[in-house]
Amino acid sequence: MAWKRKDLLSVRELEPAEITDVLDTADSMTEIASREVKKVPALRGKTVVNLFYEASTRTRTSFEIAGKWLSADVINFSASGSSAEKGESFLDTARNIEAMHPDVVVVRHKASGGPALLARHLRCSVVNAGDGAHEHPTQALLDLLTVRQKKGHLDGLNVTIVGDVLHSRVARSNIHGMRKMGMTVTVAGPPTLIPPACQELGVKVSHRLEEAIEHADVIMMLRLQHERMLGGFIPSIREYSRVWGLGLARLRHCRPDVLIMHPGPVNRGVELAPEVADGPYSVILDQVSNGVAVRMAVLYLLAGSRAA
Amino acid sequence: MSLLVRNGRVLDPGSGTDAVQDLLLLDGRVARLGTGLTAPDGVEVVDATGRVVCPGFIDLHAHLREPGQEYKETIASGTRAAAAGGYTAVCCMANTQPVNDNRAVTDYILARARAGGVVRVYPIGAVTKNLEGRNLAEMAELAEAGCVAYSDDGRCVTNAQLYRRAMEYALPFGLPVISHAEDPDLAAAGVMHEGLVATELGLAGQPAATEEVMVARDILLAELTGAHLHIAHISTAGSVRLVREARARGVRVTAEATPHHLLLTDEAVRAWDPNTRMAPPLRGKRDVEALREGLADGTIEAVATDHAPHETSEKEGEFALAANGVVGLETAVPLLLDRLVRPGHLDLPTLVARLTTGPAGLLRLPGGSLAPGAPADVTILDLEQPWAVDPTAFQSRSRNTPFAGLGGRGAPVMTIVGGVRVWP
Repeated sequence: MAWKRKDLLSVRELEPAEITDVLDTADSMTEIASREVKKVPALRGKTVVNLFYEASTRTRTSFEIAGKWLSADVINFSASGSSAEKGESFLDTARNIEAMHPDVVVVRHKASGGPALLARHLRCSVVNAGDGAHEHPTQALLDLLTVRQKKGHLDGLNVTIVGDVLHSRVARSNIHGMRKMGMTVTVAGPPTLIPPACQELGVKVSHRLEEAIEHADVIMMLRLQHERMLGGFIPSIREYSRVWGLGLARLRHCRPDVLIMHPGPVNRGVELAPEVADGPYSVILDQVSNGVAVRMAVLYLLAGSRAA
Repeated sequence: MSLLVRNGRVLDPGSGTDAVQDLLLLDGRVARLGTGLTAPDGVEVVDATGRVVCPGFIDLHAHLREPGQEYKETIASGTRAAAAGGYTAVCCMANTQPVNDNRAVTDYILARARAGGVVRVYPIGAVTKNLEGRNLAEMAELAEAGCVAYSDDGRCVTNAQLYRRAMEYALPFGLPVISHAEDPDLAAAGVMHEGLVATELGLAGQPAATEEVMVARDILLAELTGAHLHIAHISTAGSVRLVREARARGVRVTAEATPHHLLLTDEAVRAWDPNTRMAPPLRGKRDVEALREGLADGTIEAVATDHAPHETSEKEGEFALAANGVVGLETAVPLLLDRLVRPGHLDLPTLVARLTTGPAGLLRLPGGSLAPGAPADVTILDLEQPWAVDPTAFQSRSRNTPFAGLGGRGAPVMTIVGGVRVWP
């Protein structure tokens, strides 16, 4: 299908056919990583600005590599050391960047809705690289790509997302994406970290880890931010890890072909035991590799194919 | 100071009048109501045929921002907005800079109102000094200076003992204490109503209980002290139930609701428009229904705008960083006529009562009535007048409305204060 969107702001707004389109395009991009010369001319003469208002290594690097492999000029702009620190507003910074005529702005922002705000004010394409607790669409798309590669299909699979769903944009994007692709989603975690009205998103909610992961084809463990103790969400990291951490003992009750995923960075020994993170079920590094392919696909669809 | 308003449908909730009549205003007072009245020499005649003639509307909750934040609004611009919106009197909240917590500030506000105000201005004094919730403001002097109620609006007085003392101390002055019911710990970092929309948007939510625990507390304190408690901008079904039960028990508690809480739900936040951010936040569908029921059955005695002007730069950025509040003086009456009265959710006499006898009664203000001798404050409505919300045309200095671009029919077409036409 022909890509029509100017921006990629959320998975919630995507049609299943659009998701499939991104995944198919990403599949065709994965081959480039194995080439001797990792470069195709698809976005030659295009400018991609990475506008990161929140610290990020992996996502920013992933977008940067994706842009460069497609021959775009990639400029990184981080809020620290920039005009944002001098008190310039987000919108003013955006207007200044727009005046330099980029083709795509990739934005990471701590405020939910930051990318949508940009998209409303900028003529160029905007890609949401994670906004607050709202969405992280390219992460969900790379997760779907990873599952599809490993399982051969998405429809009918059982996925369990474990941990701090309340603060997780990754969980929100995945819930929307997985539901749209016909997967059954269960979220599990202490009630304080499960968002209000979560069932209305079409997911099952479980407060017992063993029960939640028993029939899962995919288990996605979420990162627990250490400061969650301070908000009274959990009493201690120690207790959280005992009740909600995934170690080898719990893994024995799971399906033998289960996939273990994590959006990274992993708190080893908190939500995920090192033996599990590095074990045979783990596809965590495949997720990272697929991240580049998915971001190439997204940049291509927004800046390459749409203009053509 | 004198006008003859001829042949309009006179709707005066105080006397129960709803009939085509003439209204004679002489020397700033209502002189006569009747048919076939003739204008004395030199008295201008206003033809109100086909229109509705009401006592002047009173907004018991607005922020006029002066002194201190004149870039958002001034008493002159805010009262022009009020006149354009059909209001003949506005009560202004105490959270100015400096705070209206002493007589000098009240005197200043009233002096500015005399100098540049278009409609009547009734200041509301602070409950605590500098709204800090630590020491009582000089409530006796505030009453002497002309304050009509006490409120730390914008902040909740969290210390229950201090709030109890405030209610007791206010008793001799006969003025209500107006509560901004919001538990700051439950509100935490919440920027909208807690529920599915907040979950999907990844914005921190405030549960309805944020308001309800404080409404419940304040009702118990009013019961303890015998004070008149007024709940500002009531927003949840649970709060309406608490107020209804308390009133049935004989507690002196009244409540107001805003047009935005009566007309919008948290679904409006999906567009990420910072103009849908306010305190309390837009609630759910069931809450809106409960507010409408409460307004109809009298549990909620007044509609108030909570007119809260902010400069554009404070309302165009990230949602979670935006200022709380929306302007309302120029949109309230048209919206309520078109969205509540026209579809039959509320009858016109009840709406007029909530804009006149309701606020006048609970604040013991002159006005809200067309009885002979009452102030000659009149609002004339045209129920078929088409309108569209165009923020660039506002009299207010600020543009922060969630209703921009909406249109409808039914609007105030003339505002008369003290027998003088102040709008248009």
